[in-house]
Amino acid sequence: MDLMTFLQLGDSTFRLSTPLLLACLAGLFSERAGIFDIGLEGKMLAAAFFSGAIAFVSGSVWLGLLAGIGASLALSLVHGLASITFRGNQLISGVAINFLAAGLTVVVAQDWFGQGGRTPQLAGAARFQNITLPFTEQIGHVPFLGPVYVELISGHTFIVYLAALCVPAAWWLLFRTRFGLRLRAVGENPAAVDTAGISVVRLRFVAVGICGVLCGIAGAYLATALQAGFIKDMTAGRGFIALAALIFAKWKPVPAMLACLLFGFLEAASIRFQGQPWPGIGRVPVQFMQALPYVLTVILLAGFIGRAVAPKASGLPYTKER
Amino acid sequence: MSTPAIELKGISKAFGPVQANKDISIRVMPGTIHGIIGENGAGKSTLMSILYGFYKADAGEIWINGKKTEIPDSQHAIRAGIGMVFQHFKLVENFTVLENVVLGAEDGALLRPTLARARAQLKKLAEEYELNVDPDALIEDIGVGMQQRVEILKSLYRQADILILDEPTGVLTPAEADHLFRILESLKREGKTIILITHKLREIMEITDTVSVMRRGEMTATVRTADTSPPELAELMVGRKVLLRVEKAPARPGDKVLEVRNLSVTDDKGVKRIKDISFEVRAGEILGIAGVAGNGQSELLEALGGYQSATGTILVNGQPIDLTGSKSDGRTRRDRGIAHVPEDRQREGLIMDFQAWENVAFGYHHRPEYQKNRFLMDHAAMKADCERKMERFDVRPPNPMLLAKSFSGGNQQKLVVAREIERNPDLLLVGQPTRGVDIGAIEFIHQQLVALRDQGKAILLVSVELDEILSLSDRIAVMFDGQIMGERMPAETTAKELGLLMAGIRGEAA
Repeated sequence: MDLMTFLQLGDSTFRLSTPLLLACLAGLFSERAGIFDIGLEGKMLAAAFFSGAIAFVSGSVWLGLLAGIGASLALSLVHGLASITFRGNQLISGVAINFLAAGLTVVVAQDWFGQGGRTPQLAGAARFQNITLPFTEQIGHVPFLGPVYVELISGHTFIVYLAALCVPAAWWLLFRTRFGLRLRAVGENPAAVDTAGISVVRLRFVAVGICGVLCGIAGAYLATALQAGFIKDMTAGRGFIALAALIFAKWKPVPAMLACLLFGFLEAASIRFQGQPWPGIGRVPVQFMQALPYVLTVILLAGFIGRAVAPKASGLPYTKER
Repeated sequence: MSTPAIELKGISKAFGPVQANKDISIRVMPGTIHGIIGENGAGKSTLMSILYGFYKADAGEIWINGKKTEIPDSQHAIRAGIGMVFQHFKLVENFTVLENVVLGAEDGALLRPTLARARAQLKKLAEEYELNVDPDALIEDIGVGMQQRVEILKSLYRQADILILDEPTGVLTPAEADHLFRILESLKREGKTIILITHKLREIMEITDTVSVMRRGEMTATVRTADTSPPELAELMVGRKVLLRVEKAPARPGDKVLEVRNLSVTDDKGVKRIKDISFEVRAGEILGIAGVAGNGQSELLEALGGYQSATGTILVNGQPIDLTGSKSDGRTRRDRGIAHVPEDRQREGLIMDFQAWENVAFGYHHRPEYQKNRFLMDHAAMKADCERKMERFDVRPPNPMLLAKSFSGGNQQKLVVAREIERNPDLLLVGQPTRGVDIGAIEFIHQQLVALRDQGKAILLVSVELDEILSLSDRIAVMFDGQIMGERMPAETTAKELGLLMAGIRGEAA
């Protein structure tokens, strides 16, 4: 494999990891606060549709992004109401959100655009454009470093860089601030937070809100950056892979990034090497390559990660005991 | 007279139809230790939860240091200078001591400066009050005694002048309890006001200045501790005279009923919970197993009762019992004459959503007297049987159709004890027979155990209550870290010596 192939593979790894990473961090905030969220998928999907639709109608990708975040936040609020305020089952609420998003996006898309459940193609200012970082001209000629900078680091959309920045930001927020301390505490032992005079409900709603914003960005990225418009079921299980990455990363931001890069790489590889003969094996069916990330998810979660200890109060509604 | 640190006036609180607190008034002077004693469900914890802002009282006033104070939530309680150490600690297990102490009392949005200040503050408090705790230790790595100190530190860090402790010694070894009391004494010397909630008369007598007694949501008396006595307090708690001591004749041990040789238990995480222990229980004696909770007593009961696999040999009446094979189940054990009153009646002893008559048949439901024919059970016979047992054991209300969860703790326990004892077993395994049981029922259950012993049955008693072990047992074995630290005769030992053994320290005699 020459350097160029390698760089191109890395480049698409970054592109494909971005939505996973954002969704994974979204789940991280939610689950660290004690709220299971298997509705990441649904929130991303809703965000993808609304960002694509609004970006098309308004012609502005930024309005699209806002709409995506709004849609995702609205679903987060539903999840919050069900699981925090009314102390319902968080899994059921999450499943409901996934179904709701899967159905509604297609129905509304058909109603608005009449193109069989997709939005029209986005172009120009309705999509996030690739950003060329400064100094590409100057560094481009330097051997090795030049191509790495130009091909791999430069030339991504705004959201890719934003997602990368979210990792240290999430770490700092969780482990270096008062808010982070309380957030982690409420996911481990809400009674400790409550008796310290802090509102468990408010804290959990904030966490679920952060989760909504991040999922919104992830969904908008799918429709307005990675692809040009919304298509049916375009999240394709990314919300669940993000959850798997979250467990794999043991609910920590930096390992979460590494896990998402791994899953992103597998997806990139499955696209890059489609139809190419493998040495010694011959031609591998496309379906096999496409299934690889999912197979790996199962294998990793089944045995390779050791004991993953979830935040202790995760999934449990908080009730004051008598 | 100076102003009381706390004054409650006419506090009432109802949970649905249950009146948990009825018109309660109380005055606690600053710089004193005030005990609140009462049976389970008497309303002690509810009262303190109202004072700490966990619940809102339906009626009544709270006065702190002579000022009427509203306490709608815990934040207000903390601001009013009240700190609470709950029975079940409110600590985040994978946080450090330091992080737990500052949680909710941070100085600003960033953690670093807060933690630095807290570290200095903790050092000062540690020197002042014998409250030594490693600030960087994780809560999950330190013992319960330490965890309790963290809870106290949390309150002191928030500058509490009034400290409420809810059943603080339940989880402590006697030595740890002594240490706690020393800490409380030094806090008192510094002018802090302490409220101690407990159901242990000994602690009230040992450390409090004044004591209030609660019964069924009402405050029945407030007296100076020096002017009262344990029997008087017990009578005030229960509403009738209570025998605090168990009356029993000397044991007349007969043949070996239970012989345990080299028993080991490894849990599913691969940790050895019981390490190669051997002992025996004879007919007509009670062997008490003392120890701090979590030192292998539960696993021992489970292994003997047939729901925990083990290695080694167990002989009952000289015959080995199957420890791993198809005959290792609880039903076979029961058929061999082993009855079992499990430690946790709500989880292991009863099905809370089933009716009393069903619960009283469980484990013995396959016996012929409960069958109508080959396919159908005889419900009428089961209900009649339950009714008889309820009458014999004075279970109230004596209605077999009630759900297990609608009985009080003491009556639930009586149901379990009745089920097991009435089968006339050769060997009775009993775990924590009086945990969460009121004094009246404790007296009754103790009498039943002694009566069973006097019929020539063997009893293995596991309890974390040292008083219970001392008063019931004919022989005492102390467990620590999965091993038996030593055996003592109750007449020849003291709570202090047993306490040391429970902490894993062998004296010169052992």
